[in-house]
Amino acid sequence: MSFSNSVAIVGVGETDYSRASGRTELALSLQAIRAALDDAGIEPDDVDGLMKWWVDTSTEAEVAANMGIRDLAWWGEISQAGNVGAPLVAHAAAAIHAGLANVVVIYRGVNGRSGRRYGRGDVTGQGGRGGGAFTEPFGLLTPQHGLAMVARRRMYETGITSRHFGMQAVAQRRHANRNPRATFYERTLTLAEHQSSRLIVDPFHLFDCCLETDGAGALVLASADFARELGKPAALIRAAAQSGPGVGSPAARGAKRLFAMAGVERDDIDVIQIYDHFGPFVLFALEDYGFVEDAGRLVEEGGTDFDGGRRPVNTSGGHLSEAYLQGINHLIEATRQVRGESTAQVPNVTFSFCDTGIGTGSVILERGES
Amino acid sequence: MNDWRFERPPGLPLPQPAEEARPFFDALLEGRLAIQCCVACGLLLHPPRAVCSACQSTDFDWQETSGKGVVYSYVVTHQAVHPALAGHTPLATVEVELAEGPHITSNLIDVPPESVEIGMAVTVVFEEVSDGVVLPLFRHH
Repeated sequence: MSFSNSVAIVGVGETDYSRASGRTELALSLQAIRAALDDAGIEPDDVDGLMKWWVDTSTEAEVAANMGIRDLAWWGEISQAGNVGAPLVAHAAAAIHAGLANVVVIYRGVNGRSGRRYGRGDVTGQGGRGGGAFTEPFGLLTPQHGLAMVARRRMYETGITSRHFGMQAVAQRRHANRNPRATFYERTLTLAEHQSSRLIVDPFHLFDCCLETDGAGALVLASADFARELGKPAALIRAAAQSGPGVGSPAARGAKRLFAMAGVERDDIDVIQIYDHFGPFVLFALEDYGFVEDAGRLVEEGGTDFDGGRRPVNTSGGHLSEAYLQGINHLIEATRQVRGESTAQVPNVTFSFCDTGIGTGSVILERGES
Repeated sequence: MNDWRFERPPGLPLPQPAEEARPFFDALLEGRLAIQCCVACGLLLHPPRAVCSACQSTDFDWQETSGKGVVYSYVVTHQAVHPALAGHTPLATVEVELAEGPHITSNLIDVPPESVEIGMAVTVVFEEVSDGVVLPLFRHH
């Protein structure tokens, strides 16, 4: 039996976003968790499940001890890197549906600017070991290198251009300019500024790359029945899917499972969040998930912009302009959209889509009763 | 432009291959670009695997390739996102599709970064970059 609509996101929370938090990653996570529990209207000891990114440095034991949880019934983490937010939602929902836990908190806290910087090859490189033996000696040292290689080929094959990437970056910046939490709340961006920004790894300009952020976010999941007792609007998890190694686009493969579980079509989706470690991949994912055939044409028509777009994409500003919290801020924003709480609120949202890793995982949230 | 010559940033990591990848680097020392080949089904595998992904055989041979291919994609690093790149940008890195099918990562020795294009025909050259370490680089001309 699928867990469709039997589990909900009942609370979301985040810290301030900065370049130097002055706090430990554990302290950041605990602050975000407290905010999410307050949002849900429940106490720390109501939590009996914890889930984390595998790369997160705050263990469930430390988090549980600090929260004063007296009986942690279930916990877990998912491997890979920043791209596992939606997979964590899928796992937590499955656990709640299976009766392994009642209230699960998912957290991600990271000093991504003042601490470990993921865009640095000396931080994330393999030192020529493993698969790195075949790439790093030639200068492919960071996540952006491998992804730039994919992007360059896609530009060649489809005709999508850096100007299209810039149009998406500008749309997201406009969303951030409405969002007081966003790092770039007060800084505008034009297409000309995007095009003249320095190249980091060609074809990626500076404004195609995500921010580096200190901060944390958290989600609280519980059964839909529990959610109704809380008396606040819940975001029902209509569907969730993972998509790992295989043949062909992970997003295209995951989309089949996701939309089959949801029983809805692409056109039923009212608002979209997509993981943007690099902005061009938002456009690629829009195509691979089947939302649109030509994402370049879509952005030329302003189709992803809150102002005038039929279906805006990355309405908080995303990783490019809000914060790089490795997908948890996308999940928070997707939740706010179905609750009517976004700073770029799409009217009458029923279904909110969120990808957290260019195919690795995705969810469809549905507006619940309040 | 014609006399442009690739200078490899000396601080880039050297390969520290896993056991199953050693024959690839050993062949380079002998001036051969050899790709792991499944004896049972003939599939070429790169990077090398512990088991053939098509037939699950563990019986491998190493097939010498023509060393010819085309540029499938490329990137140009402009920001020194690794200490080894400081003072060595722009640096072009290419993904070469070998005539035999597999893709390998490399650098072009005779094409400046701003002139690299997808589809360029390239041929392997063997460059000793450190004592006992040879890498497969490619030339266009």
